[in-house]
Amino acid sequence: MTPLTALLVRDMRIAMRVGGSALMGVLFFLVVVTLIPFAIGPDLALLKRIGPAILWLAALLASLLALDRLFAGDHDDGSLDLILMGRAPLELVVATKGLAHWLTTGLPLVICAPLIGLLLNLDLPEDGALMLTLFVGTPALTFIGLVGAAIAVTLRRGGLLLAVIVLPLTVPILIFGVAAANAAVTGPTAFGTPFTILCALTLASLVVGPFAAAAALRQEME
Amino acid sequence: MALIDLANPSRFLKFANGAIPWLAGVTVLVFAFALEQAMIAPDDYQQGATVKIMYLHVPSAWLGMLCWGLMSVAALGTLVWRHPLADVTAKAAAPIGAAFTLLCLVTGSLWGRPEWGTYWVWDARLTSELVLFLLYLAVIALWNTVEDPSRAARAVAVLTLVGAIDLPIIKFSVDWWNTLHQGASVFRVGGSTIYPTILLPLFIMAGAFTLLFITLVLAAMRNEILRRRVRTLQLMQASAAN
Repeated sequence: MTPLTALLVRDMRIAMRVGGSALMGVLFFLVVVTLIPFAIGPDLALLKRIGPAILWLAALLASLLALDRLFAGDHDDGSLDLILMGRAPLELVVATKGLAHWLTTGLPLVICAPLIGLLLNLDLPEDGALMLTLFVGTPALTFIGLVGAAIAVTLRRGGLLLAVIVLPLTVPILIFGVAAANAAVTGPTAFGTPFTILCALTLASLVVGPFAAAAALRQEME
Repeated sequence: MALIDLANPSRFLKFANGAIPWLAGVTVLVFAFALEQAMIAPDDYQQGATVKIMYLHVPSAWLGMLCWGLMSVAALGTLVWRHPLADVTAKAAAPIGAAFTLLCLVTGSLWGRPEWGTYWVWDARLTSELVLFLLYLAVIALWNTVEDPSRAARAVAVLTLVGAIDLPIIKFSVDWWNTLHQGASVFRVGGSTIYPTILLPLFIMAGAFTLLFITLVLAAMRNEILRRRVRTLQLMQASAAN
């Protein structure tokens, strides 16, 4: 097993154990979506119209949940120092940790989204399109969040700061994610255009995120 | 004087102490001239006197963006060259950039009330300016969260550079978002078809704003250097007392 695979397996194990965050994200997602109809009323037509936006906002907030512990946990028990001293390139290590985070918080959310979409009066094909946008978009949320997590690694109250730093940077992902989902649900615009741009944004953040996060970690841990 | 000479904080303080009064004087003079030019500039045939808000609004918008550019250069200076003044520049510039962005938002909504009938619309330009303001606040929050200034500087530098990549994307995506949702009612400011008698005072005003910006940044940098010296003295005093 290469160091990177070992790290991936370790991070996923930690997330799934007692006290881990794997199912907490999905639960949070479900709670937030359930609260919305209480706030705006049980109007099914309205819920269908703003359903994609609700799901995307909930996914955005849920992806922030475990983010502040992503590097801070390793920093507390000293394993971050070992990782930094290891021979594996830090950028790849950071990307691996990001992948593990997405597999344990992003992916369960994507899988649950169609089910929750049914509660918001979305039909099955629309649900599938919405799921596809979340599948493509949530990795970008995680990898942008990596930068914030790396910046806030040594802070005691990093969680709140993390949200303040990361959320404005995710504006483009939100815009194109919701635009693509809305195009699939309500039309009349084409689904392809915003969806392709969403893919491009995700690919770009997959590259920029690990490099920026690794740079921040190196500076912080000096 | 080369940039490297100014790396010594004492030498920079000497330079700043000499330059700030002159810069302040020139700023006042250019501002007086620019205000006079703005006053005698003709009213717009449709907007009347409210067009003059533009003389404050547009330069603040320019400087709000220019300031992020300056902070990005300073961030490179912090991360790449470890220039001692780079993080001082970044820290001094952040609240000033936030202030100009806020000024732009406030003057914009004051203009919007009589012209569009509302203080705020979710128009592309307004929205991206608001996100820029939020990012400035995030940077300032980060500065205030980390106690050690040099460590804060490196964290802020990474955030500033990521922001510099993200800001054009935000701008472009917000344009898209706006045109997708309310394409029929997009509000457009005149564009480049501004008459010279209105355009020239605008440029003079932009010059005055830039001078004001340079003066404020230099003064804030001087304060920051002095503040760090006080901090070091206090730390030394505290460790001597133990």
